[in-house]
Amino acid sequence: MSDITSQSLFELTSNIKEKKLSSEEITKAFINRAEKSKKLNVYVTDNFEKAIDQSKKFDSNPNLDSKLPGIPIAVKDLFCTNGVRTTAGSKILNNFVPTYESTVTHNLWSNGAILLGKLNCDEFAMGSSNETSFFGNVQNPVGENLVPGGSSGGSSAAVAANLTPVTIGTDTGGSIRQPASFTGTVGLKPTYGSCSRYGIVAFASSLDQAGPMTKNVRDCSMLLEVISSFDQKDSTSIDYKRNNYSKELSKDIKGKKIGIPKEYRVDNMPDEIEKLWKNGISYAKDCGAEIIDISLPHTNYALPTYYIVAPAEASSNLARYDGVKYGFRSPGQNLIEMYEKTRSEGFGDEVKRRIMIGTYVLSSGYYDAYYLKAQKVRQLIKKDFDDAFSKVDAILTPSTPSSAFKIGEKTNDPVSMYLNDIFTVPINLAGLPGISIPAGKDKNNYPLGLQVIGKPFDEQNILNISYALEDKINFKNDISDWWLSE
Amino acid sequence: MSKNSEYLIERENKQYEVIIGLEVHAQVTSESKLFSQSSTKFGAEPNTQVSLVDAAFPGMLPVINEFCIKQAIKTGIGLKAKINKKSVFDRKNYFYADLPQGYQISQYKYPIVGEGKVILDMPNGQKEIGIARLHLEQDAGKSIHDIDPNNTLVDLNRSGVALMEIVSKPDLRSPDEVNVYIKKLRSIMRYLGTCDGNMQEGSLRADVNVSVRLKGETEFGTRCEIKNVNSIKFMQMAIISEANRQIDLLEDGKEIDQETRLFDTKRNETRSMRSKEDAHDYRYFPDPDLLPLEISEELIEKIKSDIPELPDEKKKRFIDKFNLSPYEATILVSDIETSNFFEEVIKNSDVKLATNWITGELFAVLNEKSLEISQSPVSAKNLSKLINLIKDGTISGKIAKTVFEQMIDGDQDPLIIVKEKGLKQESDPKAIEELINKVIENNSDKVAEYKSGKDKLFGFFVGQAMKESKGKGNPQLINKILKEKLNG
Repeated sequence: MSDITSQSLFELTSNIKEKKLSSEEITKAFINRAEKSKKLNVYVTDNFEKAIDQSKKFDSNPNLDSKLPGIPIAVKDLFCTNGVRTTAGSKILNNFVPTYESTVTHNLWSNGAILLGKLNCDEFAMGSSNETSFFGNVQNPVGENLVPGGSSGGSSAAVAANLTPVTIGTDTGGSIRQPASFTGTVGLKPTYGSCSRYGIVAFASSLDQAGPMTKNVRDCSMLLEVISSFDQKDSTSIDYKRNNYSKELSKDIKGKKIGIPKEYRVDNMPDEIEKLWKNGISYAKDCGAEIIDISLPHTNYALPTYYIVAPAEASSNLARYDGVKYGFRSPGQNLIEMYEKTRSEGFGDEVKRRIMIGTYVLSSGYYDAYYLKAQKVRQLIKKDFDDAFSKVDAILTPSTPSSAFKIGEKTNDPVSMYLNDIFTVPINLAGLPGISIPAGKDKNNYPLGLQVIGKPFDEQNILNISYALEDKINFKNDISDWWLSE
Repeated sequence: MSKNSEYLIERENKQYEVIIGLEVHAQVTSESKLFSQSSTKFGAEPNTQVSLVDAAFPGMLPVINEFCIKQAIKTGIGLKAKINKKSVFDRKNYFYADLPQGYQISQYKYPIVGEGKVILDMPNGQKEIGIARLHLEQDAGKSIHDIDPNNTLVDLNRSGVALMEIVSKPDLRSPDEVNVYIKKLRSIMRYLGTCDGNMQEGSLRADVNVSVRLKGETEFGTRCEIKNVNSIKFMQMAIISEANRQIDLLEDGKEIDQETRLFDTKRNETRSMRSKEDAHDYRYFPDPDLLPLEISEELIEKIKSDIPELPDEKKKRFIDKFNLSPYEATILVSDIETSNFFEEVIKNSDVKLATNWITGELFAVLNEKSLEISQSPVSAKNLSKLINLIKDGTISGKIAKTVFEQMIDGDQDPLIIVKEKGLKQESDPKAIEELINKVIENNSDKVAEYKSGKDKLFGFFVGQAMKESKGKGNPQLINKILKEKLNG
């Protein structure tokens, strides 16, 4: 049996079910590794003591029929966890301990999983490098001083570094898929309305979706099966019959029509991304899929549209962090002064930048020119996909226009940082499911990902295509454990 | 409307007309809040009816309370208004300590109810007031500034309670019309059970828009909005004071600034709260946590079929079926409890007598004791018994008043009172004839005077006969027999 922490969710689950491993052994193995991995800075808050207690409790009366039997899992610190501090990577929630549980994490625990701790992320999920977190940047296990992507950077790093078997992140414009791509892991953003947003600290409500981040596609299907559920507590949750994603997982994609959108060949895209894409296309052909050239004509407008819609919603969603009810407060002589000091000191630069952009685009006199126009363009982008999906079953693109960059490299250039999301953002605007799978490496040996985009509620299809491609690609993440300390 | 009832404010040879529009905030009658399951019960300890949603905890999401939607549709139907099959909840963004989300969920561009109307019964005829729209919104919490000298305290019990904002067109022209309008609106909503209209508990408040113009002008003047006035009396005072302030400005050759004002009830004047330049930019946008609200034709039809008879229809029925005067009918339908009481009484008794007794004796007692009709000391059942006693001649109207006075004390049965006190009317012609014979015998001089042409003495004989009967003689019978005896 290989080292516990390098095992996949599928392997760990089987080993528990076959009583080859106990929950306690597994939980302790991950905790031991985490103790030696502080340099990566993946944890904001650990739950190690309670996790060990819970694993013992599981072992004393194991329910082996559950889908995540005694499996310890760390989650992005954007999910509210009952009794465990939830910060959203922000100073303003530095001391916030929820008395309630998000639906998605509730689904994990009710299926037998155990909370390992809360993973670092960009402040309020605003960022593409995990550098905006109040709790410091996260190291990408792929290489020292490399960003792990963002906003679910702690999550992607934790999976890649074998600090949690699987994790869940949230994706508003690429925050699951881009970090997955940067760390050589798998990340899926489900269809908008699949996973409940209840209890997830909101960034941009019409775009936010939780999703699985894993080592491989099979684990991804297992985790999606657990977290995707209809929830009456979220009015945008959709009641539809969900697949048994792991049971129905299949490499047979013969005859599937896969679209290749010409607009994703952006200027200055590195040759190696182009090559990666071509390889992906030929693998898909090898699997018996039919490749079809398609056009998504409004792709160019997706990024500007996103950077109007997301900040607009964020500016309103973050108004509740005002120092009155919970979280950080900086006292003032009067209400206005208290607001100003609390929010100036409590929020970081990127969050403030987006609150200001959002406030501006919603202001009277600018609303029509920005917010309303962006909503109209959003409809056009959605229609592009509707039209494309009348001809194809799925769409294949690169996940990101580059591999992981150095910490600090783009900190002072927000626009170049925003460009990271160019391939992922349109999918959020259209509410579609998208998955990033590791597909190759660049000249520095840094991972690169391919993205498979599906029709609404067609997660099974993109999982199957990814499963088939994964087999052909046979990606190996060579991570050297350079950060480990004794 | 006739000229002489116009409400005009005079200034040296000039007459100003006052233009009023109201934005009424009516609390929806509902057990739970608009987007959460917390209770809406009035008077609870501070912050005991607050859910995580109401307090805007991270990750909390609003879920629409379907009952409140139905209540708004019902009210819309009661206002003869268009129900919009698609409406949208927007966020109205502003910071305040008692607004936990940092925004109020309201409806801006697409309200649930569109144009409608309310008919006012004014002394000189009916007047139609246009309704511009009705939309649903959340109430805020309450900031309390006078408990702690250094801090403002916040009570979130009201946070998230459902309100209907009913916006009238600028069709109102006098404080009297405002009085009748509010009462009518309140009456309609009470008939429907969609708002209890309790102004003391803050279930009904209004923002009052006032402008003035010279009589005969057709353009509107610049308006000011007086925020959050919570009684009809204060609304009327605020309108009069604000209209005069605006006229004084115009008379001095000054301009009126469009602004939001507050009414100081102690000083009976309005004062500036914020100018147009300082007006909030609320940055309205559709709430992404809520899908557009879609209402099916079936639901509207279903609610329509459950709508009870409303005051206007009831009034018409009372006039047509019971032959009531429009004035009587208006009074009886003004409040659902009153009309229910009336209909209960007339189930088994005479309509005309019931009308007179309810609007006369009963209302006088209620007024005197400051009681609502629901607290009436005399039940509908016993009042109808009393009326029947009058109608069948068991007692006279005069005796009935004595009986009624006793009934008030613990809703006593009039039959028992009449029996115990021996108040039954004497209606035996033989007995009455004997009485009258006695009166004629004892007053032979007056009889002679009468017969010689002093007709006025007839009343004297009636009085004597009544006295002889100890007040119990049937007046009609006394009259009849007296006439026969004296004229025969």
